[in-house]
Amino acid sequence: MDTRRVSRAVPRVRQVGFFTPNTPAQHPVPTRSQSGPPTSDSPPLSGSPASNSLSPVMIPPARHLSDNLGGRTAALPVPRHGNAGDHAIVGSYNPSESVLWLESPTRSRIGDEEFSEGTDWYRRSNSAKFSSSLPSGGFNLSPVKQPGSVAALEAKNPLPEKSEAQKEQASNSKPLKAKTTKAERRALQESQRAVKASSKAEANKSSTPGGAASSKPMKQPQQKKDGPPVASSVAASERIGVDRPVEKERKKDLPPPRMQFDDVSRVGKAKRRSVLNQPEARNRVELFRHLPPHKNGSQLPYLESKFFELHEMHPAVYKVGLQYLTGDLSGGNARCIAMLQAFREAIRDYYTPPEKTLNRDLTSKIGGFVSFLIECRPLSMSMGNAIRFLKSRIARLPLTLSESEAKATLCSDIDRFINEKIVLADKVIVRHAATKIRDGDVLLTYGSSCVVEMILLYAHELGKRFLVVVVDSRPMLEGQKLLRRLVAKGLSCTYTQLNAISYVMHEVTQVFLGASSIFSNGTVYSRVGTASVAMVAHAFGVPVLVCCEAYKFHERVQLDSICFNELGDPDAISKVAGRVDLNYLDNLTDKQKESLQLLNLKYDATPSDYISVIVTDYGMIPPTSVPVIVREYRKEYLLI
Amino acid sequence: MDFQVVVLAGGSSKNLTPLVSKELPKPLLPVANRPVLTYVLHQLEQSNLKDLIVVVEGEDAALVVGAWISGTFIDRLHVEIAAVPEDIGTAGAIREISHHLTTKDILVVSGDLVSDVPPGAVAATHRRHDAAVTATLCSIPVSGPLESGSSVGKDKAKKLGRYNIIGLDPGKQFLLHIATGAEIEKDARLPKRILRAVGQMEIRSDLMDAHMYAFKRSVLQEVLELKDAFQSLKEDVLPYLVRSQLKSEALSNRTPQGEENGNEKVTSLNNQVFVSRILANASIPSFHDRSSETPDGSAPTRKTHKCCAYIASSSSYCVRLNSIQAFMDINRDVTGEADHLLSGTDPNNNIGPSPKLGTKTTVGPHSMLGEGSEVGDKCQVKRSVIGRHCRIGSHVKVVNSVVMNHVTIGDGCIIQGSVVCSNVQLQDRVVLKDCQVGAGFVVTAGSEYKAESLARKEK
Repeated sequence: MDTRRVSRAVPRVRQVGFFTPNTPAQHPVPTRSQSGPPTSDSPPLSGSPASNSLSPVMIPPARHLSDNLGGRTAALPVPRHGNAGDHAIVGSYNPSESVLWLESPTRSRIGDEEFSEGTDWYRRSNSAKFSSSLPSGGFNLSPVKQPGSVAALEAKNPLPEKSEAQKEQASNSKPLKAKTTKAERRALQESQRAVKASSKAEANKSSTPGGAASSKPMKQPQQKKDGPPVASSVAASERIGVDRPVEKERKKDLPPPRMQFDDVSRVGKAKRRSVLNQPEARNRVELFRHLPPHKNGSQLPYLESKFFELHEMHPAVYKVGLQYLTGDLSGGNARCIAMLQAFREAIRDYYTPPEKTLNRDLTSKIGGFVSFLIECRPLSMSMGNAIRFLKSRIARLPLTLSESEAKATLCSDIDRFINEKIVLADKVIVRHAATKIRDGDVLLTYGSSCVVEMILLYAHELGKRFLVVVVDSRPMLEGQKLLRRLVAKGLSCTYTQLNAISYVMHEVTQVFLGASSIFSNGTVYSRVGTASVAMVAHAFGVPVLVCCEAYKFHERVQLDSICFNELGDPDAISKVAGRVDLNYLDNLTDKQKESLQLLNLKYDATPSDYISVIVTDYGMIPPTSVPVIVREYRKEYLLI
Repeated sequence: MDFQVVVLAGGSSKNLTPLVSKELPKPLLPVANRPVLTYVLHQLEQSNLKDLIVVVEGEDAALVVGAWISGTFIDRLHVEIAAVPEDIGTAGAIREISHHLTTKDILVVSGDLVSDVPPGAVAATHRRHDAAVTATLCSIPVSGPLESGSSVGKDKAKKLGRYNIIGLDPGKQFLLHIATGAEIEKDARLPKRILRAVGQMEIRSDLMDAHMYAFKRSVLQEVLELKDAFQSLKEDVLPYLVRSQLKSEALSNRTPQGEENGNEKVTSLNNQVFVSRILANASIPSFHDRSSETPDGSAPTRKTHKCCAYIASSSSYCVRLNSIQAFMDINRDVTGEADHLLSGTDPNNNIGPSPKLGTKTTVGPHSMLGEGSEVGDKCQVKRSVIGRHCRIGSHVKVVNSVVMNHVTIGDGCIIQGSVVCSNVQLQDRVVLKDCQVGAGFVVTAGSEYKAESLARKEK
């Protein structure tokens, strides 16, 4: 429980992590690397750049910052460097962190341990980063490895920058002085330098170094205090995903701000770029106007007539796009597999144009495919992860490879991704989940999830005797397809609609749900209606098992299903398939139609409170452990 | 997009005598003063399809057509002309050029098609369903000149027999039955298997096969190889494929996949099956899949292929020039309601000396006069097309007619509902009603003809 709480508190603390990675900084780095080696007593971590990706989360420096604050001031006489701006940050920054620290005193022991390790990572990651990002900083390469020369440099460099503001600040923080020991003071200094380094880095980036140095730091702490913790944690976690050793890549990898479809000017720009006609945003519900409007069937003829004009689009990709658009293909896994297979085809048929390099040209090509697919239907998280995997593989192709070798490597990478992350993962999940099914169980599932289906079939093959309740809802009625296949295999099923859920739940012993994605805070993003099922199950005390492959996990944090969702065909909800007589909404006058807005959301977010366990390919985990998986998993596929 | 385009231009069509001749093969028959082939080529060019194979029947015709294409489209299209023997039918023609076909899919377009149905749409439908064949269906055009109410009697009888019975699935995406022309007299036969699999079938007679097909190359070639007797794509190959879609003897859509699987050494077959099952479960099953899978839900055992239909929207224009009546209709429509087909076809046509009109001469709407034509005094031209360099005397009435190039018409002629080919000389006071006058014919002064076909005797 304790660890859990820590992990929950993490997002807040991560802010520090956000500061650190952006450090191509020059001055503080030497000091860090100088003091780094002595303290680093965990070689595995310090050795590899792999630990870089961990740095943001370990962040306990926050706490350590605050409780060493006094120490730092005690050490004031020996401030080796720093300018006014930097100190200003530290000063205004610390109080908020110290509040946080006071709020959670339970962390004492664990926190300390974590902390010492943490700082260590922290330093290592920074020094490693330094070496990689140095070319851009262009300052000094040698000091990283040679502490001796570092010291020399230090002596030269930071001293002139000393300023009076520092003293001022020191006096502010004096009251805390007494509490700290020497070691702590030392540690504090280190961390402060790191903070300074990061802020400096930011200052360097901006066009007017002097001005920015003073203005930016002022802004950041404010944000931190004012902004609701949620927002900041979202920001932090998104950035965390991005934390990678090479600065440039990191920037590239940052997801561009999502298109807000209520922003008229940007929509107009996108329209000009896009292949498809953007349907006009007419009669859409106010709250959901920022979501991409549904591309209904009317787009099909347009896309069809453009068939031969999109010659840069590979036929396989085009076909997949068409299938997305028409809804022939749905379901997270299937869409992801289809997309990857199309990409594989495209890569196979790809030839590098003269005077271009494969890495760059192919990346842009894949980017073009992706934007085409997005126009057909917004991507799911799983697909986003797969695309990121593919792009990182392309970026990491050694330049020495010949074209055919590179293509073969990529194709086998794609195959491996499909096999390991989807096929094998599903098999593992099925094994895990089947252990939870006992004879006499009544299992409830909602919609049509391919993993849940496999679990049920597998358990049936094992000879377990159980009943299945398939809950379904309009307008997709996906459950019927699942039902058809289950019944064909001889499972005894009950079929009901979502509105009868509370009646059925009495009988149910377990609920199995699929997911489109799971966010870092444990929120499950899944077919609309899942949240209600989970909630009802929670109310009845029925355990809810969410089955989801780990490649669908996403580092974003989302609390509601409004800010990110997908709109379905609004007409689908006003019509009933096969019942032409139910047309109450058909013959409205134009004026009435204007005041009628139809909302057909495709997904919803289930809070982690309603979920008992998440069955994933790494085992059965509580929703709170999702960030851990995200972190580990990311490391695994980005740094292979 | 991995499509090869074959334009079946044809040669000398029997239906169109005496309009076509050795010198003027069918592809070059002028429709609104442009060879009919222009319309297809222009349509393809607009869809960014620039590598074409044009199949022409007969060596001589091929030379003429080839010369014209290279003259007109020299810098815009890359066209290969293939000459095939006459009377081997459309299927035979494809068989002849089979070794030229290399891509995965083939688009076969008839050269006499005047339409604005985008070829891309047909190709996209084909790709979307991974079909063996996709046929374009369009609504049957309104035939006969509505304004006058009269039509060529000879064609009337023919029109009656030209029925199309087309069966579609409820989603209007798959072709379940197709019977055209002569077959109708016999009983329509439907495979029970298909009916059982689909459950519901919509039979329509208001649709027509527009003769624009997308074929899967492997399927097409295999069918042509297996069935030597097949003469026509429309009457033999397509019905055969539709009939046998659930018990595919020819190639099936499974086979290419099988080949792919064989190539995959990295992944085990087991995983392949797994992946394909995920994909299959996620997609909406067509009746092919449902019927082919055995009751216990195991993997599909029977081979199937899909026959799709692309139904052109009712607003699009789509007519084949396969009869004299159709020729009249197309001329009327292209100058009239479907004039968007003309736009941009060939701007060169508009250059040159504009036609000279005499005093008190009226040219009604839906009419067209070619460059360099001269019309005398007090003439009337209504709903007619008059070609280039024609000389028309005074007091001439031309209604609902097509007059081709270099025609000389004497004073006081009355031409109604007729086609007058190139280099014809009509002397004074000739009255033609519903006639076709072959090229180079001389109609003596004062003669009257009604519903006749006049042509020079072959020497």
